Amino acid sequence: MSHEVAVLGAGMHPWGKWGRNFVEYGVHAARAALAEAGLAWTDVQFLAGGDTMRNGYPGYVAGASIAQALGWSGAQVASTYGACATGAQAIDVARARILAGLCDVALVVGADTTPKGFFAPTGGVRQQDPDWLRFRLLGATNPVYFGLYARRRMALYGATPADFAKVKVKNARHGLGNPNARYRKAVREDDVAASPVVSDPLRLLDICATSDGGAAVVLTSLAFARRHTTQPVRLAGVSAVTPRYPNTVIEMPNFATDSAVGVSLPDVPFRDSIARGAYEQAGLGPEDLDLAEVYDLSTALELDWYENIGLCKPGGAEQMLRDGATTLGGRIPVNASGGLASFGEAVPAQAIAQVCELTWQLRGRAEARQVEGARVGLAVNQGLFGHGSSLLLRT
Amino acid sequence: MPTPLPVRQPAIEGWFTQDGGAPRLLGSRCTACGTIFFPKETFACRNPECGSDTLDEIPLSRHGTLWSFTDNRYPPPPPFVASDPFEPYAIAAVELAAEKMVVLGQVAKGVTTEQLAVGMEMELIIEALFEDESGIHEIWKWRPA
Repeated sequence: MSHEVAVLGAGMHPWGKWGRNFVEYGVHAARAALAEAGLAWTDVQFLAGGDTMRNGYPGYVAGASIAQALGWSGAQVASTYGACATGAQAIDVARARILAGLCDVALVVGADTTPKGFFAPTGGVRQQDPDWLRFRLLGATNPVYFGLYARRRMALYGATPADFAKVKVKNARHGLGNPNARYRKAVREDDVAASPVVSDPLRLLDICATSDGGAAVVLTSLAFARRHTTQPVRLAGVSAVTPRYPNTVIEMPNFATDSAVGVSLPDVPFRDSIARGAYEQAGLGPEDLDLAEVYDLSTALELDWYENIGLCKPGGAEQMLRDGATTLGGRIPVNASGGLASFGEAVPAQAIAQVCELTWQLRGRAEARQVEGARVGLAVNQGLFGHGSSLLLRT
Repeated sequence: MPTPLPVRQPAIEGWFTQDGGAPRLLGSRCTACGTIFFPKETFACRNPECGSDTLDEIPLSRHGTLWSFTDNRYPPPPPFVASDPFEPYAIAAVELAAEKMVVLGQVAKGVTTEQLAVGMEMELIIEALFEDESGIHEIWKWRPA
């Protein structure tokens, strides 16, 4: 049977550092998505909310918080959390309900309000919580892990800080024309090189900021979509996978990898398995893609993703970048939206925002950043504590 | 009267030891499948093919090779206790051959990233993490061997 559902509408609240209630961004995005779908909030039978950990109790019940703000309508609700992969889980739950025939119209919303500076664990003394302990015992901020990956890439493949800067320059250029991007300013390689080192070899402009923002999509059954649009975009794959033991790449918030003693390695390493799940559901592969949105928490990490999603072999990402293959106009544009480099991360909104971008691209509505003739797009993302996120859309 | 020396205590109990001389990290090993955990897994083996609930404490190798490294140029947020003024420090990911795993740790005070290279041999030491009114809180760190 087909596992496809339709994306009938997408909407976002612009990313920024607005300092308002996250619910406000969620409602704004939800209304925009419903308007694009040509539906009313009262048409929604199921609401999936992506939770936020930084906004108290309302953040842990994001679905209900947003439903209440839109006006109690009696819709069924679920709230999910999977760190940066939260949106993929919420979309997966909504898709499953539609495919099970339990509803025709689902709304998926994620929104966040973020504090200034580094993400930090929540307060208290929690000696059983690896997220608390990594800060306490190591001072291992998120950029520390990004720095480890970046340096590893330099050692394995000869990547250079100039390559990393080229990713920023590309994504900043892509984001210039995106009205939902937080940073809409051209960046040159020497701007990156002049920014202060945060976690060697990464500089401030190599690392994504934390942002406020909200994103929403209206998902419907294909039959419902055919009655409402002549331009359906299909969600053909959703991967919200966990690693297979042993996971031998160090992951946030861990102190160590799994050990490979006494066990055999999985056929596919975790990061490679994330997009593979979406490809398999859709019956497509990397060669079918017209564009990809990848999670550029750092510039260097974007290069890892090229390989993890199969755009090139390990070690080939720098050449792809230098050749312009991943720039708008190139063979397979990556982060046409501007990526996290132009947005900063608003955790529970991020995977949903990737779907918004792919939806607009596949509908030919991405304006200055349009990938010509885009018919298939992939989004990939990863959340700490072992959360994969990949979504595949096609016309 | 001489000022008493500050009390030295581990910043976390049971993760490392200096008993018997050389500092060692303390992990655990599943008695059924032999896989190893750090920090210690105490209640069940996490190998999904195994499922044993018998794990023994074992000391991990003191030496390994540098898998990658980075540093903190800005003070991490609490609960990290940052020195004032803050002194940047390096962080290492070290691959242990016998355990087939990579373990993170701060790098010894005074060693900068310019002195590190992926692939070099590293060894474990115990050093101060921070000092407060209750004394010096110690942690494991890596340094070039």
